[in-house]
Parts: sequence; C-alpha cells; structure tokens
Amino acid sequence: MDALDLARWQFGITTVYHFIFVPLTIGLAPLVAIMQTFWVRTGDERWLRLTKFFGKLLLINFAIGVATGIVQEFQFGMAWSEYSRFVGDVFGAPLAMEALAAFFVESTFLGLWIFGWDKLPRKIHLACIWAVAIATNLSAYFILAANSWMQHPVGATYNPETGRAEMTDIGAVLSNNTLLAAFPHTISAAFLTAGTLVAAIAAWWMVKLVRAGREDDARSVYRPAVILGVVTMLVSGAGVAISGDAQAKLMYEQQPMKMSAAEAICQTTDGGAPFSILAIGDLSDSCEGVAHLIEIPGLTSFLAHGDLTTPLPGVEDLQAQYEETYGFTDEAGDPISYQPNLAVTYWSFRLMIGFGVGSAALALVALWVTRKGRVTGNVWVSRLAVAALATPFLASAFGWIFTEMGRQPWVVAPNPNPSGVDGVWLLTARGVSTVTGPGTILTSLVAFTLLYGVLAVLWYKLMHRYAVEGVAASEKDPSPDNPANRPDPDDESTDRPLSFAY
Amino acid sequence: MELSTVWFLLIAVLWTGYLVLEGFDFGVGMLLGILGRGDRAAKDRDRRVMINTIGPVWDGNEVWLLTAGGATFAAFPEWYATLFSGFYLPLLLILLALIVRVVAFEWRGKIDDDRWRGWADRALVVGSWVPAVLWGVAFANLVRGVELDAEHQYVGGFFALLSPFALLGGALTALVFLTHGAVFLALKSDGDVRARAGAFAARSSVATLLVGGIWAVWAQIAYSVAWTWVAVVVAALALVALVLATRARREGQAFVASAAAIVAVVVLIFGSMFPDVMPALDPANSLTVDNASSTDYTLTVMTWVAAFLTPLVLLYQGWTYWVFRKRISGHHIPAHTGLTFARAGAEPR
Repeated sequence: MDALDLARWQFGITTVYHFIFVPLTIGLAPLVAIMQTFWVRTGDERWLRLTKFFGKLLLINFAIGVATGIVQEFQFGMAWSEYSRFVGDVFGAPLAMEALAAFFVESTFLGLWIFGWDKLPRKIHLACIWAVAIATNLSAYFILAANSWMQHPVGATYNPETGRAEMTDIGAVLSNNTLLAAFPHTISAAFLTAGTLVAAIAAWWMVKLVRAGREDDARSVYRPAVILGVVTMLVSGAGVAISGDAQAKLMYEQQPMKMSAAEAICQTTDGGAPFSILAIGDLSDSCEGVAHLIEIPGLTSFLAHGDLTTPLPGVEDLQAQYEETYGFTDEAGDPISYQPNLAVTYWSFRLMIGFGVGSAALALVALWVTRKGRVTGNVWVSRLAVAALATPFLASAFGWIFTEMGRQPWVVAPNPNPSGVDGVWLLTARGVSTVTGPGTILTSLVAFTLLYGVLAVLWYKLMHRYAVEGVAASEKDPSPDNPANRPDPDDESTDRPLSFAY
Repeated sequence: MELSTVWFLLIAVLWTGYLVLEGFDFGVGMLLGILGRGDRAAKDRDRRVMINTIGPVWDGNEVWLLTAGGATFAAFPEWYATLFSGFYLPLLLILLALIVRVVAFEWRGKIDDDRWRGWADRALVVGSWVPAVLWGVAFANLVRGVELDAEHQYVGGFFALLSPFALLGGALTALVFLTHGAVFLALKSDGDVRARAGAFAARSSVATLLVGGIWAVWAQIAYSVAWTWVAVVVAALALVALVLATRARREGQAFVASAAAIVAVVVLIFGSMFPDVMPALDPANSLTVDNASSTDYTLTVMTWVAAFLTPLVLLYQGWTYWVFRKRISGHHIPAHTGLTFARAGAEPR
C-alpha cells in the first residue's frame, strides 16, 4: 500500500473509533444533567443515585473520547498536510473556534463537576454539568461545520495565486445548509445512542430486581430511568428520521454521485428510482453484475425529491459528466474514477438505516411494559435491551463511513449545484502529505490500531463492570451528598476526606 | 500591527499557557515514580495525593495545546502543515503518550486492584515524561531552524531533529517541568508529600538553572536577535529566584519563579523565530508570519473570536483554581471504591 492508502485507512480507523465514544458523550452529558436537575429540584434521592451511576459511565467514556480526539486534530497536519495547506484558511477557523468556545468549557467544567460535589453550592454544581452538556453539543456544531464544508464548500473562493481556498464569509460557513441538516441528524443520533444506553441498562436492572423479588426497588429507581431513556429514544429517533430525510434531499442536490452509489443505480432510471433493500453482485469495481433483488418502487426518488417519479442519474452517466468538468486523467496520466466504492456506500447506507431502527423495538417494548407504573420481570425484555444496546453505535459508525466514503474521490467535494463555489475542490489523493513516507504512516497506523484495540477492551470492561454494579456503586461513594453517609451536621471540620478523588 | 503578527503573538500566548499549566501537571506525573515512599499502601496514598492535586485541572490545561494547534491551523495553515507533517514521528510519540495519560487519570481509581493501578501509574509516568522531553526537542528545532525546501516542505528527516542543541532543549523542558511540578506539589499538598516535593525542588532547581542557563545562552548567541537578551536575563533571574525560594521553602514564590522562567523561555523561543514562524537553514525557504498566514479576512474573524473568548477562558479557569485552592494530604484521600473486575456476587444488591 502507498502512503495515500495507509493515510486513508488510518483516518478511517481513528475517526470511526473516536466516533464510538463521542455520540455517547454528546447525548449522555445532557441526560445526566437532566437527572441531576430532577434531584436538585425535587430533592428525590433516587435521581441523585441515578446521576452518580450514569455519571460514572459518562466519565469512563469521556476520557477515551478526549484521548482519541487529540489525534483527530493533529492528523490533518501530520498525514494530510497538503489538504491542510489547501483548506486551512477556511477549515481551521471552526476547529479553532471549537477549542476556544467549547472544548475549554467542557474540560474545565467537567473537572469542576467531578471534584466539586462538596465544594460548590448545589445549583452552581448543577450548572457545571449543564455547561459540559451544552459545550459538548457546541463542539459537535463546530466540527460538523468543518466537515460540512468539505462536503459542500461555501463562503470561500479559490485563489489561483496561492493555490488554495480562502474564506470570504464566515457566516456562510457557519450556516451552510449541509451543516444545518447534518447537525440535527448527528445530534439526534447521539441522543438516540445515549437514550438507548440509559434505557437498556435500566431495563436490564429492572428485570433483574423484579426477578429477585425486589419490585419496589425496580419501580422506584430503575423504572424512571427506563422512561427517561425511552422518551429520549422516541424523540431523538423521530429527529434522526426527519433530519435524515432532509439530508437525503440535500445530498441528491449536492452530491448526486453519493446518492446514486448508495442505491447502486448504474444507469439513469426511467421514471422513479426504487429503493433497493438487497442487491447482489460485485459492487466494488463496476456496475456490471449488480442485481437488485428486493426493491421498494419510487422510494429513492421520494427520498431525493419528495415524489415517486423523478428519474435519478446513474453512476456511469455522472462519471461522464464529471470527466467533462474535472478532467479525464490526473497528473500522472491515470484515469480518474469519480465513483465511490459501490459496495461500501451501498451497504453502509443500509446498515446505518437498519441499525438506526434497531433501538425502536426496545423503545416500544419498554414503553409497553412500564405503562401505568408497571415493571416487568420478563427476561426477554432484558435480552432485548442488551441486543439493542449496540445498534445506535453501529448505526453512527456506518453513517460516518457512508458520509465520508460516499464523497470519494474528493476530500473537498465540488458543487454541481448553483449555490456552490467555483473552483473549491480537492481530490483526496492530492491532500495527503508528500513528505511523509509510507513507512512512517504504517508505523503510526499500527501503533494507533494496537493502542486503540487495547483501550477498547478496557473501555468495554469498565463500562460493563459499572453497568452490572448498578446504582449500588454510588452507595459506596463517600460523598457527603450521598444519603448513605452524610457527615454529622455538628461536624464543622472542613478537613474531612474529599468527596471524590482519583 | 499586522494581524498576522498579532496571531503570532497569540499563538505564543497559547503555548505559554500550555507550558506553564500543563508543565506542572506533567511534572507531577513525572514525579509519581520518584516521590512515593514506604510500603505499597503508603506509596499508593502518596501517589493519590499527587494525582489529586492536579485532578480537577489537568484536562483544562491540556486544552491549551488543542487551542494552540487549532489556532495554528486557522491562522498559519502553511506552518501547521509543514510542522506537523515534518515532525511526524515525535508528534506521534507525544500523541500516544497523551492518550495513555488521559485514560490513566480517569480510569486509575475505577478498579480497586494493585496491578490495574500499577499499569495506570506507568502510563501516567511515561505519558508525562515523553511529551516533557519531546516538546523541548521540537521547540529547540524551531529555534535552530530546520531543512525546508523551496516549497516550504520539511525534508530533513527524523534524525536531523536530534542535534545536541535540540537534545539539550529536551533535557531543559524535562527539568523545568520536573521542578515546576515539584514546586506545585509543595504548594498544593501537605504532609509527607509536601516535604519531599520541597526537598526535591530545592535540588532539581539547581540542575534546571544550570541546563537552562547553558541552553538559553546557546540559543541566544547562536540563533537569536539582540532584544531577546532581555528574555535570557529574565529567565536567568527567575531561575536564580527559583533556587533561592525552593531552598527557603517559600512555596508560593517558588511557583511564581518557575512559571516566570517558563514564560521567559517561551519569549526567547518565539522572539528568536520572529518574523519567521518556522526558520529554514536556508533563510530563503523560511516560513514567515507573512507567507504562512491565512488571509486578512480569516485573521480578522479569528481575532474577534479570540478577543471575546480568551478573557472568558482565563476567568473560569482561574475560578477553578480558586475553588480547588486547598492543600491535599493523605487524610483527605477517601478509600478506594472496592470495585474490581470480578463481580462480588451474582445476587442483586
């Protein structure tokens, strides 16, 4: 493999890995903040116990999200320095804004929240977790602004003298319609992930306690958490679907090749394009041999246009159009394929949608079994909960694979639509660092993969261990806020042990 | 003043914030293996005292680095691209170190098991030493100048980064952070750890003065301009004050002195580069504040953002230090959670 392939694999691996943890953090921080708000407002201690319980899971997850995020920022310069040169004037701005506006808030107030249980007044301590929750979401906004610009460059112009893209309108970059569609979609998916985690773990515990004859504990502590999780899932699930539909329409307008590749539509359709549920054949090389087995007539046209009959252009016709506009061959004289990997786009699109609805079954079942104050000891509910747990993570991962792979061979995609910017585009092959040899990138690829592998195992073990420990873990918490061991009110000493220590 | 010069100064400020703040938490991490004494339980308690002096703030400190990186990307894309691709392997080592360090902080206390804590401590020690040395190597190379071609690409290779001057720079940052961390520990802890950290700082400050003096004078004479003599003198005075204050166990003064020394060294480093952001061995190929910067429009936007947000960041980070101003000693450390990977019992509790 050459440096380009290795750098692409490295970017893909580190990004997908980072994005296992990020959606959970984005969604779970607000949910923990909501739990703590319930406690502060009502004084109801079961919400405190839930806050501490899910707060621990949040922190285990947050650490690894932060650790892998540093790599994300640096590897643009390390492995993709030509890309950085080309886009830095535009792309660097939202990245720097993320650090200044969001990341400082997140990390500083997270420290205050973790260690501040007995050092800050209750409401200020509560404000700290809200600051973290809002900042994580703001982070997502800036990062998606940067990514959306790569999908659909706006507010910039190409300067032939410097050979790079230059920003002309920050307002346009921060209100890119691609961003306005991607942000609700990604955030909804993050809340779906966190809602599923909360509902799944709480439902598993509810069943376990009912089976152990402790129905009252199940009802008082875990049932409210199930409901909070399920409501989050239903609202965010609807958000994912609605925003996904909006994104599909934009994608057709801005990146028709991605849409057609996702559907493995090779030739322009006569009339409405069907939505393919299953296709076979060798999708990766060419369109020949693709056979659609199960299709829903007109659905893809509906996704793209809002009607069932408008034709969709085929991949091969688009290739011809792109060749006319952007050239037949690259600098080395090799023909350029403007077609993304069909197998990856086709399947990642389906897996994203498929796994995305995976949580729905849990949401509906959990809603049913907890209706009117009920709890359940049905073991199938807890099995379903465990099975549903992985689905939003997988859906998010495939969503990003689809978004990024579907854009290839572009790292900054050109705009065929009228609102686009002339001249601002870059082939992925030209974005890679020229001074960094394949051996160097291979070294880092191996190092990151091995380290990430070890950390993934540890992350899973910790999350699993704390999940099966349940709220009991928080009862061992020596915090003075913990009802189990509130300090003697007559004790004026400020020299008692810390409420929390590493 | 040109906006590109403003951003050069701002990036110097961000690096100053990073090196002063994360400098002491690197130092504390580096000292974990040095200052803990006694049997296993005593050692663990000492280490937890040390880790918890920086517990609430290390994460916020690290963001100064991310901001410096992001600001360089936005304000000087050519610098960002050349520097990060050229220094690929050292940066990779720094990244790996920072990754294991972050998770070790947060995960160390989650499982009550000596082997688990042992791994976390190793990650904290290595994760603190590696960047402490390599940042010095990297900055010394920026002072010295590196081999750039006419396209501003770094073509010197990995081993060219390991010149004696650069290695001495690495030794300097390691010593500065070690001392800065010991001084911080003496200021923020109480009991045994405070005494040992104070004694350690009294000795390491002398070594820091020696190495720092040699490196700063070398950098000044070989690579810098006249006015940065001021920075050299200030750095020297701060290091002398550091030696005196640590010997007298004046902890607050010692911390101010070590912080001032770091600031002076950063002024020397950035002052010696200016108006280059990345000096080349052949000056014709140097990246300068002019040829490496973004457009005026981008710089204007970013200036507004920075002018509005930087004071706010200083304000709430400052508040954090005030909230956690109390000294920590062994009796403040709560018991371990008692949670291990093995489940205590299958029965629900």
